[in-house]
Amino acid sequence: MTEPAAGNTHGHDHDGYDVDPTHRHPPQPDLEDTPLVRHQVMQMAVTSLLVEKGIFSADDMRGQVERMDALNPSTGARLVARAWVDDAFRKRLLADSGAAAAELGIDIGPITILVMANTPRTHNLVVCTLCSCYPKFLLGIPPDWYKSRNYRRRAVREPRRVLAEFGTDLGPDVSIRVHDSTADMRYLILPMRPAGTNGMSEEDLAGLVTRDALIGVTVPRAA
Amino acid sequence: MSGPGPRYARGDRVRVSERFPPGHVRTPWYCRGRIGRVERICGRFRNPEQLAYGNREAALGTLYRVGFPSGSLWPDYRGSERDRVEIEIYEHWLEPVSGDAE
Repeated sequence: MTEPAAGNTHGHDHDGYDVDPTHRHPPQPDLEDTPLVRHQVMQMAVTSLLVEKGIFSADDMRGQVERMDALNPSTGARLVARAWVDDAFRKRLLADSGAAAAELGIDIGPITILVMANTPRTHNLVVCTLCSCYPKFLLGIPPDWYKSRNYRRRAVREPRRVLAEFGTDLGPDVSIRVHDSTADMRYLILPMRPAGTNGMSEEDLAGLVTRDALIGVTVPRAA
Repeated sequence: MSGPGPRYARGDRVRVSERFPPGHVRTPWYCRGRIGRVERICGRFRNPEQLAYGNREAALGTLYRVGFPSGSLWPDYRGSERDRVEIEIYEHWLEPVSGDAE
């Protein structure tokens, strides 16, 4: 790959890829290159009106978007790690996740979150077949695949194949409970603590608990 | 919607109404007409079919979680016989299964 390809006139090669300096990459479309859909227009119009009328300020709006974007799965992971090291907390978390989370200073938001515990015999999986209901306060914004029609229709129809595509193979002895998050509840999976994690700190344990494990498409593993 | 007390108890067998009204219905199509068992009572919530049209006084009704064996939802289902799907369903979408509960 040392021989400059034809068209390379600036004295060095590009490790084998197309080296024509006049070559133009297809432009990445900017946000504005995609036409706005009706709901985006409506959202912008309503926001302007609310700011104009002083219902809230532009900074309130910005701050709220920032807070929503800052939500992330490490919050859910903290709950799981505490449940792994403290069995009494685990029971409280399963009985009333809002009250248990408040003990750690975590706000689960205005919607009830049901925590479903995996066992050696039962694996839990969450989907919202109707849209994209998701425990945002504990996990942040859902991944795109969670909102896809494919995941939504197949998670209830053929969960074992979906799990296998995520690299998760459940033995035939493990049954699956799929939770279709269709209405006023949200769901968080409490995975089993992986083997080989004795003596790990709560903080390190939390590091093993990923977003996907909290949705139920995978299980945590010792690092 | 019905009165304040839950009509069904945990463990009751219920059938999901086989109705297909337009609008913001939160009952998935794949369980309509199917028989499941009440897994838990979730509390009372406002009817989303009315809330979706801006009715803040939408009727309050009981919300249940109903469990269905996956094999009863899809005859060609492949998996364990114990696999199931649990779905949140409002009381006005549930009917008693004769010989049970009522």
